Amino acid sequence: MAIAPERSKIYDGTRIPSPIPTVLEIPEHLRDNDDILSVNFGPNHPSTHGVLRLVVDLDGEEVVGVKAVIGYLHTGFEKSMEQKTWWKAITYAPRMDYVSFQYQELCFVLAIEKLLGIEVPPRATWMRMLLSELNRIHSHLVWLGTAALELGAISMFWYCFRERDRVLDLFELVAGYRMHTRYFQVGGLAEDVPPGFFPECAKFVDLMPRAIDDYEGLVDRSPIWIERTQGVGLLSREDAIALGQSGPVLRGSGVDWDLRRREPYLAYDQVDFRVPVYPAGDVYDRYRVRMDEMRESVKIVDQALRRVPDGPWIADDRKVVLPPRHELHTSMESLIHHFKIVARSRGA
Amino acid sequence: MPLNYRRVPGLVEILEAHGETTVVVDPARLVEAAQYLRDELGFNFLADIAAADYLGWGNDGVSGYIGTGIGRDINRPMTQGFQSLPTPKPKRFSVSYHLLALSEDHVRVRLQVWVDEGEPVPTVVAVWPTADWHEREAWDLMGIDIVGHPNLERILMPDDWEGHPLRKDYPIGGEPVRFSGEE
Repeated sequence: MAIAPERSKIYDGTRIPSPIPTVLEIPEHLRDNDDILSVNFGPNHPSTHGVLRLVVDLDGEEVVGVKAVIGYLHTGFEKSMEQKTWWKAITYAPRMDYVSFQYQELCFVLAIEKLLGIEVPPRATWMRMLLSELNRIHSHLVWLGTAALELGAISMFWYCFRERDRVLDLFELVAGYRMHTRYFQVGGLAEDVPPGFFPECAKFVDLMPRAIDDYEGLVDRSPIWIERTQGVGLLSREDAIALGQSGPVLRGSGVDWDLRRREPYLAYDQVDFRVPVYPAGDVYDRYRVRMDEMRESVKIVDQALRRVPDGPWIADDRKVVLPPRHELHTSMESLIHHFKIVARSRGA
Repeated sequence: MPLNYRRVPGLVEILEAHGETTVVVDPARLVEAAQYLRDELGFNFLADIAAADYLGWGNDGVSGYIGTGIGRDINRPMTQGFQSLPTPKPKRFSVSYHLLALSEDHVRVRLQVWVDEGEPVPTVVAVWPTADWHEREAWDLMGIDIVGHPNLERILMPDDWEGHPLRKDYPIGGEPVRFSGEE
């Protein structure tokens, strides 16, 4: 994509123009060209992967100008959530990123727990980590499947969604919902892990590394895949930091930074995993980071499976955590707590 | 080792809560403070800019209210039985810059300024380029008056939108319904 040469840059030595464009102006010498064709691209439907509208100016097949219109997925979660008590707002958090729902939920409950100063039992902590890593695999699979689909590789999409379905089955088994589980509760988990989850999850851990081999077999040496990912979408190390990138994008630009390693939360300091870092900063390296991360996630799930301890799954704090269901029929105190938490989320 | 923020230009106060450090500075000297934090203390990574509206903070029941069946009447907030009133905030809006030093001994800090409606906040795009879109969002949704920004336009809301939806005095359900036949 041609960037008009007269634009200033965000800092010396970078490729990124300033202001950071949602608009790429048509270069001066092409402005009066009658052959420039403006084509509206999107917005796609919200149920597809991401909603982005591009108004593209084409000179033949070359993109000479583009106006990106974002915000189609902005539905005012903050406004909705601030109308609710924290108890009711938990359900909103996962919907902010609907492929990485478990992490959104985790962030929100961790923040509340930090503010309230609640101690979470180890069983809940390990189970949270296990489910979060499963969700990471889910998220990367959606990325891989749809990214390949954009290049026309429709078979990849089916393979990825086959394994994604296995992950969702596991979520359904443990939480009753396939997505947006609301299984993480302030103080721990909403319910104990059901019997039968661990053996099913172990089957998935056996299956997944072979599935990742299959994906790599499909695209890794495909000339189309390589040609359209290597050297494309370049983001240097300096640009990635200057633009505040995080996650696989940052690691695909050669920055060794992973929150799980650097500021361990949950039980990440007690499990063994590798942080994949690739230097080129192109789409291919970001793909490599995500593939390696899926393998590492399987390793973490495997370790967590063996080490999820027995014991309580939620903190014993009646001002924050719902009382056990059976107590509601016999204890006035529990009934009041239940009412106050659900209706007011302010404790009794 | 905790960093020393005492020499940050325009320092107003240093707050510690929940293991997080907040450095409050004078908005007029924000860029100086930002440059000091980046160049002297190594905060090369701007993770987020968060604007918050504290309209009515300290009055009864403005935070933590519960909506009623017909929605919330922002002019008559409910008390919800507060035991004590929250400590007053210096001004209506806070703008927080969440910083991270990407290094071996990484640190986080929150750089914060307080402004009232219409008071200018200088742009920090020159210090952290990623502030570009974050500041546009703060303007779009919260109406923070960013000064010196290269391209201060709405980013999420449509260009012809009126008002700043995340402000506390922007009613929920208050926007006109398009194509409703009543226009």
